[in-house]
Amino acid sequence: MSDAQIFRPESAEQLLETMSWLVSEKMPVNLQGRGSKRLIGNPDRSATTLDLSAFTGISLYEPEELVMSAGAATPMAEINKALDQAHQMLAYDPPNFASLLGLADKESGSLGGMIATNLAGPRRIKAGSARDHFLGFQAVSGRGEAFKSGGRVVKNVTGYDLSKLMAGSWGTLGAMHQVTVKTLPRPEKSRTVLVQGVDADEARTIMSAALNSPNEVSAACWLPKSLAERSDVDIFRHLNNSCVALRVEGPGPSVQYRCKILRDRFKSEGKIEELHTSNSARFWREIRDVSPFAAKIDDRVIWKISVAPTAGPAILSQLSNLKNAEGFLDWAGGLVWLAVDAPKMGAESLVRDAVNRHGGHATLIRGPEKLRREISIFHPQPTPLAALSRRLKDNFDPFGLLNPNRMYPGT
Amino acid sequence: MRMPEPDRETLANRQTIAAELRRIVPGDGVIVDEDALRPFETDGLTAYRTLPLIVVLPETVEQVAAVLKYCHQNSVKVVPRGAGTSLSGGALPLADGVLLSLTKFKQILELDYENRCARVQPGVTNLAISQAVDADGYYYAPDPSSQIACTIGGNVAENAGGVHCLKYGLTTNNLLGLELVTIEGEIIRIGGKHLDSGGYDLLGLLTGSEGMLGVVTEVTVRLLPKPECARALLVGFNSSEAGGDCVAAIIAAGIIPGGMEMMDHPAINAAEDFVNAGYPRDAQALLIIELDGPEAEVDYLIEEVSRIARENGASSIRISESEQERLTFWAGRKAAFPAVGRISPDYYCMDGTIPRAKLPLVLSRMREMSDKYGLRVANVFHAGDGNLHPLIMYDANVPGELDRAEDFGNDILKLCVEVGGVLTGEHGVGVEKRDLMGEMFTDEDMAQQQRVKCAFDPKALLNPGKVFPTLHRCAELGRMHIRQGQIPFPDIPRF
Ligand SMILES: Cc1cc2nc3c(=O)[nH]c(=O)nc-3n(C[C@H](O)[C@H](O)[C@@H](O)COP(=O)(O)OP(=O)(O)OC[C@H]3O[C@@H](n4cnc5c(N)ncnc54)[C@H](O)[C@@H]3O)c2cc1C
Ligand SMILES: Cc1cc2nc3c(=O)[nH]c(=O)nc-3n(C[C@H](O)[C@H](O)[C@H](O)COP(=O)(O)OP(=O)(O)OC[C@H]3O[C@@H](n4cnc5c(N)ncnc54)[C@H](O)[C@@H]3O)c2cc1C
Repeated sequence: MSDAQIFRPESAEQLLETMSWLVSEKMPVNLQGRGSKRLIGNPDRSATTLDLSAFTGISLYEPEELVMSAGAATPMAEINKALDQAHQMLAYDPPNFASLLGLADKESGSLGGMIATNLAGPRRIKAGSARDHFLGFQAVSGRGEAFKSGGRVVKNVTGYDLSKLMAGSWGTLGAMHQVTVKTLPRPEKSRTVLVQGVDADEARTIMSAALNSPNEVSAACWLPKSLAERSDVDIFRHLNNSCVALRVEGPGPSVQYRCKILRDRFKSEGKIEELHTSNSARFWREIRDVSPFAAKIDDRVIWKISVAPTAGPAILSQLSNLKNAEGFLDWAGGLVWLAVDAPKMGAESLVRDAVNRHGGHATLIRGPEKLRREISIFHPQPTPLAALSRRLKDNFDPFGLLNPNRMYPGT
Repeated sequence: MRMPEPDRETLANRQTIAAELRRIVPGDGVIVDEDALRPFETDGLTAYRTLPLIVVLPETVEQVAAVLKYCHQNSVKVVPRGAGTSLSGGALPLADGVLLSLTKFKQILELDYENRCARVQPGVTNLAISQAVDADGYYYAPDPSSQIACTIGGNVAENAGGVHCLKYGLTTNNLLGLELVTIEGEIIRIGGKHLDSGGYDLLGLLTGSEGMLGVVTEVTVRLLPKPECARALLVGFNSSEAGGDCVAAIIAAGIIPGGMEMMDHPAINAAEDFVNAGYPRDAQALLIIELDGPEAEVDYLIEEVSRIARENGASSIRISESEQERLTFWAGRKAAFPAVGRISPDYYCMDGTIPRAKLPLVLSRMREMSDKYGLRVANVFHAGDGNLHPLIMYDANVPGELDRAEDFGNDILKLCVEVGGVLTGEHGVGVEKRDLMGEMFTDEDMAQQQRVKCAFDPKALLNPGKVFPTLHRCAELGRMHIRQGQIPFPDIPRF
């Protein structure tokens, strides 16, 4: 396109200047961090791009204070490296969807993008998601005004918690240039207890019993046999069986003790196996990154479905008759990852109906461009809630300049 | 502290408004009698008192919706109220406002263990939730010291914390869903039993919004299985620096205790005088460190923490050997406020947060301020997360002391901001810290926050006069100052 342009401000002042100019021109923009999530959402983007990739670098990291501040576009790889050195982590298991989305660059994500999409991996059930570890930010609104919220301390109720609103807003409320997050110590040891040969319903009971026990299970998922076979963790793949996986983390003696309790507790449900630290880490990385559906040849549509944990198996079975449908459960049943061959509208209405019966939401994470143009990517909200969200959007971005249509049509 | 001038027309219409509200809430649910209004005139910040115009105590969501709709249509202000334990004046009534009390919403609607959550009405007390699920082996994690009295609705509105927040999070990290009634009387459900929002995170936004965005009529909270066991250490130090170093070293070792509280010398002695918990009276700082979880883990960590404490110069270490002893360790800390209340006619409880490393600096500056204002101060401190509760002692009957206490408090909070912290960690801004907001936020920051309010409450009827030093009209806030300009920085790469 001839009028396609990219603005790449390099300082907060330049960002503000750019936004003010865009506002005066009423020119919509496509906000981009490092572009790792560009394939998620409606593909029709504004001709003009506001490229935030210049805002990089860790400006503050105090491990004993459990806090890190960084430019919003700091690569996750850089963040992870710094955290590794201090034996810390972002406790919500930030996923990396590079392979799932078929990106060439496997380390393309940014910290700001992780927050703006509010994603979380298997530890979500214990530690929360990006929003729970997001302490503060500096941004420029769609009004062309600089604003900030939060701070660098965890305990903070000064003013409205706009950090929560920015997390998961997919760049539709403001352009963040600086973010501050909470970091946590990495557990010393991790092990995973596997219960083999159970179906999704049996898994539901096992996962619930495990999480309701005082053993501090930090992740619980279920994989059918067909997906277990795709794992790169040899010891797991060789089991050649459907499995519930329960992760236990912490100091060594505690992990061994709790694993034993879990093994004893569930040995009557299925054959037990255990993954040790490095195998356990690799296994959960696969679950976190939805690796079972990330093979190059897999071009199915991917839905991410969040429901009450007890509803997960029911949703899976309701949707399992769809063409080439496969699914697995994370978050103790509360997260359904569904892959389906769906040339017609991505099976949207069936997915939405199934979810609405239980309460929750479904988001299309992967799909061909045409499909992403035709259907709603995010779960449609009931009218009063949608109206409220719309009014919020208008109060940050009255001309609808920031990522138009990225979340909902018309916003 | 100035509140907005009461609206004369509303004051004059008091009887009509009461009559209309009686049509919505029959029986004794509408209070106009002055004696009966009196108990509502203040909250936990007792220095401020105002008789509300009317108190209304609805019993159903439909009544709440009808009351709000009526108030909206007639431009009558509304102050939601739970148990009235707010320490920031969040529930302070308005002379021209209806006080909407949620105390009749006392039911626990559903316990769903398989999904590890409970659905409760907003007037249920924080402790009642944990008590209801205790026998089945569960609890609700956030535990403000006021938990016997404060309501879950008030906890949501203030994003309340407690001594276990370091490990288990604040209210905002322990909610799954809300039912909210807007000022227009619309009933909206947000979240449910699933995790995260499919759209904007309104659940997160509403938590801590101090009753200014809507009235919460139902809350779905996360339940946790009770830890297998809990043990505590009581560690004394000869200086607050050493205590602070010990806290940092514990976290640097990768240990996040269930609770980690610090008290300074005056607080230790006030508590010891009151409950005889066996605290070391000569210590300059006392840490209570609680470790919870599986027995094997707790035993292991107790050893680790003892070692770290010794390495950081602990002058005394005691480890609880029984549940009784653990509770005794806590008894002094939990009674710290009333203990200070015993040695001073009045006290003023502050609530700033600082980066933990700044503790020694802040404590020494606080001692200087204490000399300057001629008022004593005792400190209790959520040490793990840097949340400070200085208790300033004064006598309201001595002319000028309350003002001095407030000035002292303001200086402390300004200091918190100066060292990189914030004005309030868990008690909220309310009226108390309203006029200090400018210490942390620019006018533009605050304008953006107020625009959020405009999305919910365009007529600014819900709890006005709280949080923001000046409440601008939404029309004014919506106005855009568009600066026509050149294409920005033409000299840098753009393609
Ligand atoms: C006899 C034996 C059994 C093994 N069983 C498993 C298994 O079930 N699952 C798995 O993922 N890997 C197993 N391994 C492989 C081994 O635990 C890993 O490769 C280990 O070296 C990786 O350490 P880690 O830090 O990941 O595990 P960690 O959790 O740190 O393992 C701790 C230590 O315990 C030892 N260990 C683990 N399981 C056993 C066992 N059943 N009997 C005796 N010693 C043991 C390991 O050798 C390791 O040194 C086993 C190894 C041996 C020698
Ligand atoms: C001795 C003492 C100890 C305390 N310790 C702690 C502590 O450890 N941690 C902590 O965080 N706080 C503490 N507090 C402060 C206070 O208890 C909390 O802020 C609590 O959450 C307030 O709950 P409440 O029901 O009393 O609310 P109220 O005081 O009645 O109201 C507080 C605010 O919430 C709003 N509100 C109340 N109910 C609703 C509703 N249903 N919908 C919308 N808005 C509503 C009100 O408008 C007001 O703005 C303490 C207070 C005291 C007196």
